[in-house]
Formats: sequence, structure tokens, C-alpha cells
Amino acid sequence: MKLTETLTDLANPTRFLALTARILPWLAGLTAILLAIGLYQSAMAPDDYQQGATVKIMFIHVPNAWLAMFVWGVMSVAALGTLVWRHPLADVAAKAAAPIGAAFTFLALVTGSLWGRPMWGTYWEWDARLTSVLILFLMYLGLMALWRAVEDPSRAARAAAVLTLVGAINIPIIKFSVDWWNTLHQPASVFRAGGPTLDKAFLWPLLVMAIAFSLLFITLHLAAMRNEILRRRVRSLQMMQASRVTFTNEASSGSGAGNASNEIGAA
Amino acid sequence: MSALAALIRRDIRIALRVGGGALIGVLFFLTVTVLMPFAVGPDLALLSRLGPAILWLGALLASLLTLDRLFTADHEDGSLDLIVMSRTPLELACAAKALAHWIAAGLPLIIATPVLGLLLNLDGTATLAVAATLLAGTPALTFTGMIGAALAVTLHRGGLLLAVLVLPLSIPVLIFGVAASQAAISGPLPFGTPFSILCALSLASLVIGPFAAAASLRHGLD
Amino acid sequence: MSLGPYASFIVMSYVLVAAVVLLLIVWIIADYRRQQARLKEIEASGVTRRSGRSAADIR
Repeated sequence: MKLTETLTDLANPTRFLALTARILPWLAGLTAILLAIGLYQSAMAPDDYQQGATVKIMFIHVPNAWLAMFVWGVMSVAALGTLVWRHPLADVAAKAAAPIGAAFTFLALVTGSLWGRPMWGTYWEWDARLTSVLILFLMYLGLMALWRAVEDPSRAARAAAVLTLVGAINIPIIKFSVDWWNTLHQPASVFRAGGPTLDKAFLWPLLVMAIAFSLLFITLHLAAMRNEILRRRVRSLQMMQASRVTFTNEASSGSGAGNASNEIGAA
Repeated sequence: MSALAALIRRDIRIALRVGGGALIGVLFFLTVTVLMPFAVGPDLALLSRLGPAILWLGALLASLLTLDRLFTADHEDGSLDLIVMSRTPLELACAAKALAHWIAAGLPLIIATPVLGLLLNLDGTATLAVAATLLAGTPALTFTGMIGAALAVTLHRGGLLLAVLVLPLSIPVLIFGVAASQAAISGPLPFGTPFSILCALSLASLVIGPFAAAASLRHGLD
Repeated sequence: MSLGPYASFIVMSYVLVAAVVLLLIVWIIADYRRQQARLKEIEASGVTRRSGRSAADIR
């Protein structure tokens, strides 16, 4: 019950903006501190006996790869909010998350390829994990194309929500097929690091960096959501301006609210 | 039930008549396959090694090409609104439309496969394997592609957007389709393993596709 | 701290991550300023929200 109350509370964009304005500086500060600790720890981490110093790339590669999947998860929850509960903030959350998720996925790809270069001798190997991340990146780009294809934000939100959920079902299937395909064609994988055998000396910096990057995402996401709400306010005000109707407090009930009343910015 | 049968019959008839466009898919399939030797050279050994992959890619692109018409024509003449408002569950209606589309546009591809297999120097077993995998795999392409078609029609955007949305989702079907054909021809793997996964993918898309397409039509058409 | 023979790859990946994250931050801040400016501009032209509050006021 408490959760639903909080969610209904947050459904009011004005209240959400107020909350965001209050916690954003704290979140940003916490992110900076954790990032500093994580970077220091990864600089101090010992070299791997097999990979040497290149293991340091892992400390930024793995958090980015983790976020690439986590952001799709966040968007899937938002998509459920859009389709099932018609939560007005869910549209905003889904739209704001997509470019950030695409950026992290891109970073996971680039750092993965830079990590692989010393070991494979080439920048791109059709390694199972990298290939899955590449397909995920393509899906992020497709989703962003879908968002950009339509002008009406709530219509775009529902289409994007369907695609996000279909993607969420498909991502494990794609991951499984790519793994299967990869073992079929080249049995030996180079990435032996990672997994349960990871040494404690690597685990701590990795954990701190993962938390720091997750906080970074939350901070960026909240800020981007705030921008999106303001953008919708601009849109609804421009629509009012275009229809040359000046709403006053008295006239607001009933007549003429029409188009704008469904818009989040008109609240 | 009879409403669905009528819908299937109507869709097949529209697709096969003049201007229907289902047979253009086969023509496209043929053209793409004929283009391949110009790209990789007329080396018959190489072509027979690449054959299953070429045929699968061609079928994938051809089914993508015809998908655009799955909902657009009905949307333009208003019958899609009638289907959405009718008492038949929209999920079932979507499944019926996809089935009709597969019969009209997917089956001809499979029938054309043996001819194209000759062009690519595939022997009998190989051609049979490719045709069998296409028979098991193209429903998955149609039913996942239907999601993209439904999204595109609600957004009044077809063509390229559809391709961008659908192609990443069809990667598993491509992987297992080609793998099963290769397994039947040369591979160390038994044919059954990838083939049963391919059938599983088709069955899963049979469930997911209609629900997602119906959801996007219901939320998008207003 | 010695980075071994592949120092350039390590430095390059850290620099790239920093650059992209900074780009995101700068983009979000610039976007925020732009939306605020547009809201103020529209309000100055006389269009107000039904609630009567300022749209640019987020507290």
C-alpha cells in the first residue's frame, strides 16, 4: 500500500520535479565520491597474472555492460507502467532512459573492443558477449528511431513500450542463440576473467565502480526526466499559444481543455 | 471461428489477386539469390557452401519486404478499425491475419527454394534441409515481423522503420535456421538439435507476436 | 603504477568513457537551460498554465 501511495504521489509531475530538485545535488555528490573511490581502487588494483595491466579496462567495461542491460530493465518497467497503469511519468522515464542506455551500451562495446585488441590482435572478434551487446546496441538505436518517428509523445510512448517489452522477452533468446552460434564456430573464448573465479583484489573495485555507475545512471536519468517534463510543458504551452486560448483559473474546468489536458505538462 | 476463417480467406484472396504483392516477395527472393553470385563470384564450390546462408538471407529480406502490407492496406481502407472493434478477440484476428500472410507470402518462398537451390549448386539433401528449415522458420519471421508492422501502421511510418525494428529480433531465427541447414549438409552436429530449437522459436513467436501486435494496435489506433 | 605494454589502450578506454559521460552531462544541462529559457519566453508572451503557477518554477 505504501508503495502505491508513493507512486500515486509521484504521478504528479510538479511533485516529482520538486523531489528531483531536492535530491539531485545529493545524488550527484554521492556519485562523484563513489566514482573517485572506485577509480582510485582500480588504479591501485594489482595486475592480472595473465592479462597484465589490461585488466584495468574491466573496471569500466563491466559496469557499462551491466548498465546496458539494467537500463533496458528500467525501460521495461516503465513500459509496463505505460501500458498497464497509464502512469504519466512512465512515458517520460522510458523516453529519457533510451539515449542514456544507448550511450552506456556504446561504451561497453568500445571498451570491450579496446580490451580485446591486446588479446585477440584485432579490434573486433565475433565473441559471444560482444556480439550480444552489439545487437542490444542496434535495438537501442531502433527504439530511439521509433521515439523520433512520431511527434505526439503519448502515442510514441505506447508504441515504444510495446517494442521495449518485446525486446525484453527477446534479449535472453538472442543472448542464448548468439552463445550457441559462437560455440559452434569457435569453441575457445578469450574472456576467461569474470565469473565466480574473480579475485577479491579485483572484486572490490569492480563492485564500487558498478555502484558508482548505477548511481551515475540514476542521476542522469532523473535529470533527463526533468528535461523531458519541461519539454512537454513547452509543447503544451505552445499548443495553447497556437490556439490563442488563454486559460484562466476559472475557465480551466471543462471547456476547451481538449487536447492539452492529456498532456503531462498541462498539469 | 467462422469469422476468423473468413478473415483468413479474405486476406489470402487479396494478397494473391492483381496488385496484392505476395508474389512480388518471391520475385524479390529470386532476384536477391541471383545477385549473390555476382557479388561472390561464380565459384560453384563456394556457392554451395554459402547456399543455405544465401537462401536464408534472401527469404528473411523477402518476408520483411512483404510485411509492410500486412496492416497498411487494411488501415487505409478502414477495415482495420472494423477488425479492432469487432467482437472477435484482436489477438486471434492478428494471428489469423499473420497466418494468411504466411500462406500467401511465406509458402511461395519455400516452394521456390528447390529452384534456387539448383542455381546455387545445392544437392538434394541440402535443398530439402533448407526447405524444411524455411518451413519451420518463416512462421517465426512473419509473427515477429507482425509486431513491427503493427507498430509501423500505428505510427503511419512503414518501410525502413519496420526493417530497423524487426531485423534484430529475427537474429535467433537466422542463426538456428542456417545452423540446422548446415548441420544437415556437413556439420558435426545432428540436424535435430538446431531444428527443434528453430521450431521452439516459431512456437514462441506464435504466442508473443499476436499479443504484442494486438497491444500496439489497441493502444495506437485512436 | 605501470600500465605495461598496452598503456595506450587502457588510457584510451578511460578517456573515451570520461568523454562520453561528460558529453551526456553537458547535453542534459544544456537541454535543461534551453527548456527553461523557452518556458520563460512563452510565459513572457502572455501564455500561462491553467494552474496559474509559473511553468519554469520546479520547486
